[in-house]
Amino acid sequence: MLSSIIFLPLVAAALLAVPRVPDRVARWTWIAVTAAEVVLVGVLIARYETPADGGLAFEERARWIPSVNSSWHVGVDGLSVPLLALTAVVFCACAVYGLREDRRPRQHAALFLALQATCMGLFAAQDLIVFFVFFDLSIVGMYAAIAGWGHGRDAGRSALQFFLYTFLGSLALLLGFIGLYLAADPHTFDIPELIAAAPLQDHPVAGGFVLAALLLGLAVKTPTIPFHTWLPPAHTDASAIGSAVLAAVLLKMGTYGFVRIAMPAMPDAWRGAAWVVLGVGIASVLYGALVALAQTDAKRMIAYTSINHMGYVVLAVGAAGLLGGGTAARELAVTGAVTQMVSHGLITGALFLLAGVLHDRTGSYALRDYGGLARSAPVWSGLFAVGAFASLGIPAFSGFIAEFQVFAGSIGTTAWAAIALPGILITAALFLRALQLLVTGLPGGRSIGFTDVRAVEAVPVTGLLLLSLAIGVLPWLLLDLITPASAVLVDLVGR
Amino acid sequence: MTGLLWACATVPAVVGAGLCVTGRRADRVAPALGIVTAGVVLVLSIAVALGRPVTSAPFLPGAVFGLAVDALAAVVLPAVAAVTLLVLLFAAADIAGARARFTGLTLLFAAAVVVTVCATTLPTLLFAWEVMGATSYALIGFRWQERHRVGAGLTAFLTTRTADLGLYLAAGAALAGGSGLALTDLPELPAPWRDVAAAGLLVAALGKAAQLPFTAWLSAAMQGPSPVSALLHSAAMVAMGGYLLLRVAPLLGATSWAGPTAAWVGALTALLLGAVALAQRDLKQLLAASTAAQLGFVVLGAGVAAVAGGTAHLVAHAATKALLFLAAGAWLTALGTKQLPALRGAARRWPLVGVCAGVGALALAGVAPLSLWATKDAVLAGAHEESLALYLVGLAAAALSAGYAGKVLWLVWQRLPADADAGYDTEEEGTREVRVLQQAPLVVLAVGAAVLGLLALPPVADTLRRALGSGSTPTPGLVELAVSALVAVVVLLVVRIRPLQPLPGWLEGWLGLARATDVVVVRPVLRTAEALARFDDRVLARAVTGAGRGALRTARAAARFDDGVLDRAVADSATAGVRLAGATGRADLAGPDAAVRSLAAGTRWLGGWARRTQTGQLHQYYVSAAVVLAAALALLLAVR
Repeated sequence: MLSSIIFLPLVAAALLAVPRVPDRVARWTWIAVTAAEVVLVGVLIARYETPADGGLAFEERARWIPSVNSSWHVGVDGLSVPLLALTAVVFCACAVYGLREDRRPRQHAALFLALQATCMGLFAAQDLIVFFVFFDLSIVGMYAAIAGWGHGRDAGRSALQFFLYTFLGSLALLLGFIGLYLAADPHTFDIPELIAAAPLQDHPVAGGFVLAALLLGLAVKTPTIPFHTWLPPAHTDASAIGSAVLAAVLLKMGTYGFVRIAMPAMPDAWRGAAWVVLGVGIASVLYGALVALAQTDAKRMIAYTSINHMGYVVLAVGAAGLLGGGTAARELAVTGAVTQMVSHGLITGALFLLAGVLHDRTGSYALRDYGGLARSAPVWSGLFAVGAFASLGIPAFSGFIAEFQVFAGSIGTTAWAAIALPGILITAALFLRALQLLVTGLPGGRSIGFTDVRAVEAVPVTGLLLLSLAIGVLPWLLLDLITPASAVLVDLVGR
Repeated sequence: MTGLLWACATVPAVVGAGLCVTGRRADRVAPALGIVTAGVVLVLSIAVALGRPVTSAPFLPGAVFGLAVDALAAVVLPAVAAVTLLVLLFAAADIAGARARFTGLTLLFAAAVVVTVCATTLPTLLFAWEVMGATSYALIGFRWQERHRVGAGLTAFLTTRTADLGLYLAAGAALAGGSGLALTDLPELPAPWRDVAAAGLLVAALGKAAQLPFTAWLSAAMQGPSPVSALLHSAAMVAMGGYLLLRVAPLLGATSWAGPTAAWVGALTALLLGAVALAQRDLKQLLAASTAAQLGFVVLGAGVAAVAGGTAHLVAHAATKALLFLAAGAWLTALGTKQLPALRGAARRWPLVGVCAGVGALALAGVAPLSLWATKDAVLAGAHEESLALYLVGLAAAALSAGYAGKVLWLVWQRLPADADAGYDTEEEGTREVRVLQQAPLVVLAVGAAVLGLLALPPVADTLRRALGSGSTPTPGLVELAVSALVAVVVLLVVRIRPLQPLPGWLEGWLGLARATDVVVVRPVLRTAEALARFDDRVLARAVTGAGRGALRTARAAARFDDGVLDRAVADSATAGVRLAGATGRADLAGPDAAVRSLAAGTRWLGGWARRTQTGQLHQYYVSAAVVLAAALALLLAVR
């Protein structure tokens, strides 16, 4: 079942890429396939039962490269199911939004379907080589999306920078994977086997180097400071759905790597590096928020808030490596981290789609070009206001659930985590400032004659925000999936 | 009964959200729907106040979404629900445009207040607390066409959220200390964490209650519509700050410092903001400063564990201040101004409004037997037991409240000047009418402002104290009651006889708090943000592109090396090889080849000679054979 979820979009992409199907067919095929993916993942969740003994569900394994003990091994647990669901939902929303794309729509649909396959594959991968292959293919796909469908003057340059930077990161990751492979006895790339063996447990020096390689690779992808500079130009020059996918799904690959590989497979080294990770998390939270506050371009601003929001995840996983506090607090931190990945995906995805409407209508993201959009585009303004409040962590939306758990858990583990608290305040300030500049006042500048959102734009945004609302009001829908897995993870890190 | 409690919170939330989403299309039905919903909430709140349900729903790991109605909630919940209903009645006649949005946001706010009042765990409290903040932002900035009003909402939201960080901290402390996240668990936390939790809750409450040093946002918040001020800045949001401290008074008491800190912050706010109120020339600004000052008494009460007195003061103040804000709103809508000099004699134009406002002002002044007289003394009795200085500061603050209440009272009841119209319509176009729907709520609130003092007087006070579990707290003696009543009357008369001289500008300017916040916090943060953004663009991003460029330069150098050195070396060696081959070829021709050829020529020459013997002449062969034989014989002989 899992393999078919991964390969369905890939097959569809191939079918769209090769024969010359009409554009209309391509667009609707794209929507149909992404909708089917949502349904399939829904079925998967409905049939998912938390595996006993911290194992995997829906596990599939087939021979692949036996010479290096690498196999096609996929499976899910409470850490990956939420991200699979997020991927399916975000890509479906993007497919609907993409109905209005009129530049090479057939290739566009094929590209995003292929990209979806790589994302689904990554979150289901249980083998390092499979993980790495999907990791790199996603970079290639996103490069094509920015270079081919981006709209900035420098789209090609930004795309290249994105590609080279994250590709370099992936090489560091590969180095780390090889280190793990060589350390394991017998040599293997299988993630559950590596987790069970924890091969570098008694080798502090080698373990330190391997973890450093993994951390570098994942930090570039997440991104944490100081490895984030590829993100703002990539977002500014990507199309709306390119940005949405990049922020909502691709960034999660970095943080997912922490909880899937680095933490459980190298508990000793992780605990040694926990203070560094925590510090980088705190710095990312504050730095991302402050730099976002100073932006004058709506899309760049949202991009920097991503650094802030992913900083919460890094902060929480760092805190989870500190054994001082109680287990309950560390579990809460990890649960919060995974919740934040989902929450950020939903909310920031929606915000980037809304930012895309600005560019579509006027070609400008500059905050000061607008004003009084509440009059000319009331629905857009309402959605943006809701998205902004959701993103700044107002309760009843998923962001609050995530941030409360991250902070309560992290502060419950170490009081130093409280340094990051002003992050939620600065985020509030910057979103309200943006709201004030864009939406309030009398219509002026480019707001005059601004066409309000169309159905294909409003529906995906509303859908994403409604899901965020659902998680915010009934968080146990999501937390029941995550909590057992984070308990297992905290247990593994504590070995 | 638990179903009723859930309904009390969810009904206004669902209706409110529905109205917000529907928007302008629901403008016609919104006021009626809002009033009905608020009525339902009032009925439900009375029901749950009597039934005292306790309930919870799954929420976060280790923390349920807990709601309960205890004695404290049972007193406050119906009061808040009643004020909400009355404010919505007033607003039905007062708010002209975007009624669906107004009603929807008010109902959402009301739902958040219900949850705040009934919350039993920290996540539940924080949930409602922040929704309250967000809706208050939207309500203060209700008229979004005017950017400064939205800016005022932003100030309010950010200031209160700054304080709210304390709740996050408290939650972390509760986990670190190993207790649950229930509010009642907090006093049992081990030592350092108990202090952190208390500090967090204290800061959060002081922020919401607009106590020092967080007061400035309340001044800005007066940009909001008057009904919003009546609800948020009297009965609900600001009051919730005081309420939270009353709720966690046991935690404050469990530490050695939190109670006294709260008490002194409350007392000083009551004193200083009383003076600020006295200096105001804008009616709503005066009422706002007075709100902070009156909440100071509630905070003082929580700090000295006079929970019953604090609760009574909270409820009585809610009625009184909502009344005064609505009266101010009625005049603002009708006359287009809220400037005190322009409101001279306004009470005489609509006597019912004037009488109700008069009752409110007298209650605010602390005139016996109206409500705030008794409730304030119940708080001050607790302060007196704690320390005399605290009591005296409180008494001075009470005198100031009589001063500013008197200022309003005498002014609005003066004879209407002949040129009154000249001062009108300075802020908006007045309608010159106060409708029945605007007047009715005033009457109800005036009754409340008059009689709610019963909560602090025997026999109700004793029941309340027992129910709140603070039976041992001191009650005001007859002397204290008489002194405070006398102070109120004397100050009122003094203000009547000798109208106030203009007070120093820093008092009218709210102690310069907004400016101080701007200079100390806002600007440095913005500067830092800009500096970091420049750093990000000019240093970090450039370092990366620089590294990229460096890599490119290295690559070019390598390419040059490749072309200039390696490639040339290969080419040169090839040339050399070819040349060597040529030389070798030549040498080959000159040496071995020539030798071979000359050998062949010699052999050929010899062959030629050898051929000459073969003549075919027999006689010549015989001669040859004879010569060879002779030679052989000669050789044989010679050898032997």
